[in-house]
Amino acid sequence: MFDEKDLILDAKHVTRRFLASNNRTLVACNDVNLRLYRGKTLGLVGESGCGKSTFMRFLVSLDTPTEGEILFHGKDITRMKGEVLRQNRQKIQMVFQDPSGSFNPKMKIRDIICEPLLNFGRIHKREKDAMARKYLELVDLPGEFADRYPHNMSGGQRQRIAIARAIVLEPEIIVMDEATCALDVSVQKTIIELIVKLQKEKQIAIGFIAHDLGLIQSFAHQIAVMYLGNIVEVIPAELLNTHAAHPYTKALMGAVFDIHMDFSKKIESIESEAPSPLDVPEGCPFQDRCGQCMDICRQVRPTLKELIPGHEVACHLFVKEGEKQ
Amino acid sequence: MLELKDVTISYKNRPTVKNFHLHLRQGEICSVVGESGSGKTTVIRAVLGLLAGGGKVTEGDILFQGKSLLSNTRETWRKLRGTEISMIFQDSGAMTNQTRTIGKQFVEYICTHEDISKKDAWEKGIQMLARMRLPSGDNIMKSYPFQLSGGMRQRVGIAMAMTFQPKLLLADEPTSALDVTTQAQIVRQMMELRDEYKTSIIIVTHNLGVAAYMADQIVVMKDGEVVDAGDREQILHHSESTYTKGLLEAVPSLGGVRYV
Repeated sequence: MFDEKDLILDAKHVTRRFLASNNRTLVACNDVNLRLYRGKTLGLVGESGCGKSTFMRFLVSLDTPTEGEILFHGKDITRMKGEVLRQNRQKIQMVFQDPSGSFNPKMKIRDIICEPLLNFGRIHKREKDAMARKYLELVDLPGEFADRYPHNMSGGQRQRIAIARAIVLEPEIIVMDEATCALDVSVQKTIIELIVKLQKEKQIAIGFIAHDLGLIQSFAHQIAVMYLGNIVEVIPAELLNTHAAHPYTKALMGAVFDIHMDFSKKIESIESEAPSPLDVPEGCPFQDRCGQCMDICRQVRPTLKELIPGHEVACHLFVKEGEKQ
Repeated sequence: MLELKDVTISYKNRPTVKNFHLHLRQGEICSVVGESGSGKTTVIRAVLGLLAGGGKVTEGDILFQGKSLLSNTRETWRKLRGTEISMIFQDSGAMTNQTRTIGKQFVEYICTHEDISKKDAWEKGIQMLARMRLPSGDNIMKSYPFQLSGGMRQRVGIAMAMTFQPKLLLADEPTSALDVTTQAQIVRQMMELRDEYKTSIIIVTHNLGVAAYMADQIVVMKDGEVVDAGDREQILHHSESTYTKGLLEAVPSLGGVRYV
């Protein structure tokens, strides 16, 4: 569905295992294949502990996968080292969930925004003030904020600063880890509008982590749903509301509280909690919480099957008749 | 049952909440919504007499079952809190003592309010946990708060709060720290509590979807003042306040506005 020449980043068969106590292993990401395209947003959705942050951390080289490769313009970033890796970091930036935790409280906004530029020798110290003002205005904040400290600002303003810091290096990819979930709804809306505006201007690819499907479908192009380390569904965002196929995606959608919903209806959601990722059952990881679990689900783990181009589902319900064993 | 009459609450003589008015009947749920810093939490803390840092109700009156709460002595508060009125916090894990097991704290809580043996209190605790759909209550009673997931902790918090079937339950952002699926479960269970025990609930939240789903009445607050109040139908569809409309518009919804 996207233009192949816009492909920026291609993650292939990415698996990450962590060693846990008693010689057990925790599979945080299991054979994840995802792609990022220029100017498009990939939304990664799932409950806490499903491995979505682990995956996004690979993209910014904060961690390396146990297996698999991540190709950024054809080069594997998981194998980069030293100066090559440092230079590469300019191209992929990140915005965190809690902006106050990601700033040095003793630095002024001017220094926070310009630090990446100085680190890479892109500007001279005397250009700092002009640069900071330019990017403050880009994120719709007054230029005078350059003299402030992070604690003088509200949560929404701080998140704007975090975005400004991420875009100063003109990256090709920005990873946002629940960048709006600590904010009020009204502030959240303005931040989303800002992100969309900047993406259109600069053609940035965005990887956005969230657990709210309602939010993510409002601005993502493609949505990947993750459950216990496995991608269970990849779907174009405009089809989410009508064509979501996997039972887990539907359960997530049922759990969204909407002001337009039918209030007399009981809220439908899965009852239990996700099992610990330490003992993921054999077969389909979702089997214990799924209402349509069949025999085959307990034995064979489903793989992603393409329903229509751009829409893939890993569920035994959608295997074509001829392929059944 | 609970009535707040033009309540003004001040911290150090600066009014934080002005002229708050609320009339809650038995078995009713009221949602208080608003942005952070709008004074939502201050209101329910005032109801429980737990205003932090020298906060005071300077004007108006709070009546619970016809009696004013403002003139309560420490002793009356002690009898009221945890039995007639209880509260659930944003993170029930933070309310518990991290170095003691859930069971010890639960038993201590029950024994404080009721003349009962420790063994019976333990049984009662397990029963309450089972009501909140927490299976293997014995295991949970023996674990420490940090060993439980956020959703489980929140359920333990609600189980504790509901032990004495309070007439009024105050919930301060009970689902904000949870996943959407867990949030849906907790909301459903709180609704069931209302149906089962006729408990009145005041829920403070910034999630308008949750507020609208649960509430019989909704109060919208901004900068310490009530900008809009009414039943669900009125707030969602017939509100005249531009602030309320703005808030409603900002809620992302499935199949709603798309920016791309």
